Amino acid sequence: MSSQLLSNEAISSLQAQFPGAVSMIGEGSQQALLIDADGLLAIMGVLKNDAAYQFNMLSNLTAVDYLDYFELVYHLYSLPLGHTVTIKTRCQAETPRVSSVMGIWPSADFQEREVYDLLGVNFTGHLDLRRILMPDDFMEYPLRKGYKLPAPGERRS
Amino acid sequence: MEMKNLPIGEQPEDEFIKKNIILTSIDTVLNWARSNSLWPLSSGLACCSMEMMAAAAARFDISRFGYEVFRPSPRQADLLIVAGTLTWKMAGPLKRLYEQMPEPKYVIAMGSCANSGGPFADSYSVVPGVDLILPVDVYIPGCPPRPEALIQGMLELKRKIQNPAVGRRERHE
Repeated sequence: MSSQLLSNEAISSLQAQFPGAVSMIGEGSQQALLIDADGLLAIMGVLKNDAAYQFNMLSNLTAVDYLDYFELVYHLYSLPLGHTVTIKTRCQAETPRVSSVMGIWPSADFQEREVYDLLGVNFTGHLDLRRILMPDDFMEYPLRKGYKLPAPGERRS
Repeated sequence: MEMKNLPIGEQPEDEFIKKNIILTSIDTVLNWARSNSLWPLSSGLACCSMEMMAAAAARFDISRFGYEVFRPSPRQADLLIVAGTLTWKMAGPLKRLYEQMPEPKYVIAMGSCANSGGPFADSYSVVPGVDLILPVDVYIPGCPPRPEALIQGMLELKRKIQNPAVGRRERHE
């Protein structure tokens, strides 16, 4: 499976299409596009459906806890064009809330549930947002930086 | 039944044995039968189940002891080998499987995860020892235990079944 980064021209035209909402972070193979959370669905829709991008595969969706904010990370791949891009968006830590991309890539279903389960990010528009790995009665979000492990020998509540 | 501490000639039922009659108690016969034909449930949770499969396959071959009939349904099994790491998410389904097994039934905790949580004992998601949710008859240490250890554990269980006074199981709430 050949994989090359999205070309600079394509990124420039995306930035022209959504002025101010798309910025580059990282360089070289670490390149990523930081997207304004409000424009997430519109930009993702263009990335999937526009003939210049055709990112028809969401190969990974995860999130990172940076204490002040959560950063959502989307790895997109285009099967017809063979190029790849990393999209990032941020949401505030107090009430983490991001639009669900389940309507664009149905495969986001389980991955968004996992992020919700372990980090507590709410995905608005997700049709079935409930825990996937932890028991349903688990009350916390174990991959958050602020999560405290139970003391040794202490039973989980 | 043979009395182990008496020489052959002084066995008490000798007169009957000559007439092909064995005097014993029904419990002894049932326990003798159960202990020699344990039917384990085919359930594995993690890497220990690989050793369990190896124990059942040709090289180690627990059918030598009568234990090879791994059942796919808990209704037909009387031994639950907890082979691997039990998470809290899986604890409910495993307990349901145990409750679906008919009495009398036995539990072997195989490997350090099943015994105590193993390397994941402090984790938020792992049950630190299946004896928190199931009554365990035999604990087998090891990470994972080799098939010989599983065989020894099953033979210990056989000894326990044939001598109920050795380890009488308390009813688990």
